[in-house]
Amino acid sequence: MSSTKMILGLFDDPDEMMHGIDQLQKNSVPIYDVYTPMPIHGIEAKLGIKDSRLGYAAFCFGCLGGSVIFSIVYYTLVHDWPMNIGGKPNFPMPNFVPFTFEWTILWTAFGMVATFFFATHLFPGRAPRVMDLRATDDRFVIAIDAKGNVPHEDITRILQDAGAVEIKHNDRKYVSYE
Amino acid sequence: MKTEYSFNERFEFAGKAKTWSLIAIAIGIIGLIIGFLDKSEGGMQRTFNDLLLGGYYFVCVCICGVFFMAYQYAAQSGWSVSFLRIPQAFAKVLPIAAVVFIIIVTAGLFTKHEIVEEGKKVMAPYLYAHWATPGLTDPKSENYDAIIAGKSAFLNIPFFYGVVVILLALYALFGRMLVKYSENEDELGGMLNYNKSFKAALIFLVVFGFTYPVFAFDAIMSVEAHWFSTMFGWYNLAALHVAGLAVITLTVLLLHQSGYLGWVNENHIHDLAKSMFAFSIFWTYVWFAQFFLIWYANLPEESVYFYHRWQPEYKWWFWLNIVLNFVSPLLLLMSRDSKRYYARVKFTCVVLIIGHWLDYYLMIMPGTMPERNSYIPFGIQDVLIFVGFAGLFTFLMLQALSKFKSLIPSKHPFVQESLHHHI
Repeated sequence: MSSTKMILGLFDDPDEMMHGIDQLQKNSVPIYDVYTPMPIHGIEAKLGIKDSRLGYAAFCFGCLGGSVIFSIVYYTLVHDWPMNIGGKPNFPMPNFVPFTFEWTILWTAFGMVATFFFATHLFPGRAPRVMDLRATDDRFVIAIDAKGNVPHEDITRILQDAGAVEIKHNDRKYVSYE
Repeated sequence: MKTEYSFNERFEFAGKAKTWSLIAIAIGIIGLIIGFLDKSEGGMQRTFNDLLLGGYYFVCVCICGVFFMAYQYAAQSGWSVSFLRIPQAFAKVLPIAAVVFIIIVTAGLFTKHEIVEEGKKVMAPYLYAHWATPGLTDPKSENYDAIIAGKSAFLNIPFFYGVVVILLALYALFGRMLVKYSENEDELGGMLNYNKSFKAALIFLVVFGFTYPVFAFDAIMSVEAHWFSTMFGWYNLAALHVAGLAVITLTVLLLHQSGYLGWVNENHIHDLAKSMFAFSIFWTYVWFAQFFLIWYANLPEESVYFYHRWQPEYKWWFWLNIVLNFVSPLLLLMSRDSKRYYARVKFTCVVLIIGHWLDYYLMIMPGTMPERNSYIPFGIQDVLIFVGFAGLFTFLMLQALSKFKSLIPSKHPFVQESLHHHI
């Protein structure tokens, strides 16, 4: 039993990597993920990645932020201690617009960042999980889960034929920056 | 994806588009005749207001063509190249729109009628009566108005003409330069004309940003000359931009669906719809900032503007304005998919075009119509004259578009980027 956990195909050219994805898909090899130094147009469609759900999180955080500040100001300025400010009504709707708007945006922004950190296992001070360090520099990496995808030699050959400059059989899923 | 297109295809202006735009112009002329024969109180005033509204809207949409082109060049953006001929056609119509606008304001300034103002009979012009009525700035006259006299350095007829003529000529000149460079580029290729366009666009944006508020103050805000708002220029700039983007998007979509601009795809429409969405929010932001400051400070000379618009006959339209121009794009264009769905985008364009007509309507009408008549806020000529201006714009714009040798600036350095635009 091989101890290989991930097979990585490293390419130095994005077009060759796209070709590699095609070749793997033609041979019904499931791709775990692809890591590239820069965004590549059309790759989500090719890999069949679902649309991001970050927008829903943003919407929920926005609603939450808006209702929190609205409740606080409503409680303090309308319910608990109404004040006469410039002869305006005690519940002046136009006054409520700016801070509701600002808090909605603030919570949307913070909430999206928090959601993104949560979803990608990233936090300040935490070593990011990467499979190959050069994927952040000049290598385009296709990762294949080695478990169940046998024989490994065939996958290696497909990647080689597609133009991979290096193929790694890693025993650990991630290498970290330590 | 198809990447080979014939760039030599020209737009042929014929058939249904021509017939319908001519019919719309005829409807507008009928509206004018009905309006000028309208003997009811304020009927004539209403007709002149409609002409001012139509002329201003017409000029603004054409200016937006130049503005759009200029900021695309200034940002060195590639995605818009595939339909850049549409704003270029708008820019080509700007000189005619400017002449139409100047004829309308001239007619309005020099056609006078007798009105009773605070118990005194005065001969007031139909347009800009608040400052252009004779005697307002003369201390010996019984019409003397100290507020207007204090503003007379800005609000006088020679200065008014100076502002309107010089600014419109300047915008039209920059529009012409940008179109000319683009046509030369098609002949010669190379980067020379692109670099010239870039420079011209930067100069235009600086000039436009500083001068457009002055144009808006003179053309529309001075209709109610006792009132003022420093937000008004930006508010009008936002309205101009949203309305112009809606017309550009609608034109691109209709041309695409009638077989032209085959290279335009949902990615271009997505970006256009995104701009419409974003600038509708910006319009609301500026609208609310103006409203909020005036409501909060509650200074009589400022809040009188909104007092007029909160009369029972305008209050519904006042709120409908927000529904059409803020709530509808917000709900209709929020999601990604809806921006890529042509029918939805087209519907939103129409809503925004009508919405900004209402927006301009509420800037002009409540302050100028006689109070007693105003329980009927709309007249038949309002609609007919607007249809006429829409027809005139469509006719002239498509005529200008058919003069281009190709529907795409085929030697623009970013043309391939635009064809492969993907978001």
